[in-house]
Amino acid sequence: MGPEALIVDLDGLDAVAVAGAALRDALERGALPGVVDVVPAARTVLVTAPGAPEALRAVRALLDGIDLGAAPDRGAAGSVELPVHYDGEDLELVARDAGWSTADVVAAHTGAELTVAFGGFAPGFAYLTGLPEALHQPRLDTPRPRIPAGAVGVAGEFGGVYPRTSPGGWRLIGRLTEDAPTLFDPDRDPPALLVPGTTVRFRDAG
Amino acid sequence: MRRELEVTAVGPQALVVDRGRPGWAHIGVPAAGALDRPAHALAQRLVGNGPDEAGLEVLLGGLAVRVSAATTVALTGPPGGLRVRRAAGGERTVPSHQPVHVTAGDEVVVPSPTSGLRGYLAVGGGIAVDPVLGSRSADTLSGLGPAPLEVGTRLPLGPPTTIPPVGTGALGVSAAPDAVTVRVHLGPRADWVDDAAGRLRAGTWTVAPTGDRVGVRLEGPALERAADRRGEELRSEGLVGGAVQVPPDGQPVVFLADHPTTGGYPVVGVVDPAELAVFAQLRPGSSVRFSPVATPPPDA
Repeated sequence: MGPEALIVDLDGLDAVAVAGAALRDALERGALPGVVDVVPAARTVLVTAPGAPEALRAVRALLDGIDLGAAPDRGAAGSVELPVHYDGEDLELVARDAGWSTADVVAAHTGAELTVAFGGFAPGFAYLTGLPEALHQPRLDTPRPRIPAGAVGVAGEFGGVYPRTSPGGWRLIGRLTEDAPTLFDPDRDPPALLVPGTTVRFRDAG
Repeated sequence: MRRELEVTAVGPQALVVDRGRPGWAHIGVPAAGALDRPAHALAQRLVGNGPDEAGLEVLLGGLAVRVSAATTVALTGPPGGLRVRRAAGGERTVPSHQPVHVTAGDEVVVPSPTSGLRGYLAVGGGIAVDPVLGSRSADTLSGLGPAPLEVGTRLPLGPPTTIPPVGTGALGVSAAPDAVTVRVHLGPRADWVDDAAGRLRAGTWTVAPTGDRVGVRLEGPALERAADRRGEELRSEGLVGGAVQVPPDGQPVVFLADHPTTGGYPVVGVVDPAELAVFAQLRPGSSVRFSPVATPPPDA
């Protein structure tokens, strides 16, 4: 990805979790001078070193030395429970495509132990894995221009919650309650509630 | 007297910018920051500020600010210069790239540049709004940082510095180009485009009128999908500034500072970082050609 970044192609989310955690850990230890961003995604990790392309050599060396087939260290980043009103605009659609009742969807969504795979899209947005296969559903054909903050959705293999009002194409099944923890606060350390490795459970708040 | 600027007129867009907030892409926070980084850096040096101070990025002029206290200002970017309306009466025109001392009540006016798009106004002491995640930059994609300037906006200034201005007269003012050829490092997804190097080398694109701080859209020959990638969907992956992304219609987008941290269309190449700043200044209708190069891996 240009002279000042490299993108690592990986087989799956577990390998992304292992490589992303190793790189983030090395970055925070100060072991990767010159590296600025480590950005895990669905099948890649992007590493940037603006103005310091030589820093990417250490990144390659580090990647050569880790076992990408190892099991990721799930839950190391703590756990969060998010209370949800399950009244999303697409709840019926999601239920129909799953071949379930809406109550089944709520039970499956609250019963799943999810893990943050990576962040992106908007500040504080986290891609959650661990949903049952029936909830792996396509995006809407036409994205909505305005999705309210706190909307809870599914798309592809992921679940997620919109941290702030934005356009978006995920199927919406509910919304966080008023008293749910804040997903993104730039004045908090860390600013994002959900970081890679965080375990997430949704609770039916009625 | 509080040291501040009061905005008395705005043009199409005026934003507080500094070097941006890199390092937060993993939680979806764009880097943001001045688009024409060399111009912003020069402006700060000309008024004696350190490199991390914030200034103003002014799209197509139209900005006027009144200073509450004596300070130094300088405008960089494409030629156009600035005007100072003296509180005591009278008006003076000051060329770009030249620091000028102003006193309490003076109004600094940034006219539209004669070429290019964006001017950079630096003020001694820097714009001292509260930083967000380490930066004072406005971010037009996520909304982080200070809101775009409006008439009546008051911006606090930092304490005056004692650093002598650096670089005065060192850099001539040159017109922004309306035709460029930029180096683009192929990859990471050049194989998703049919004959990426050939098509990039052969084509001439026109800057679309819809460009903004997120990216510049180019119109011209379509970069068509490689036959063996048609119908395939790329999973979202991290992006960098200068990434040349190819959406399904084949019309490339060059991402700039406020780009989303991840994207789901293939990136055919990345504009050389040393040449990216020109995209801050290309007016709609300007022509863009690419000189594709293969980038060896860093351990080669």
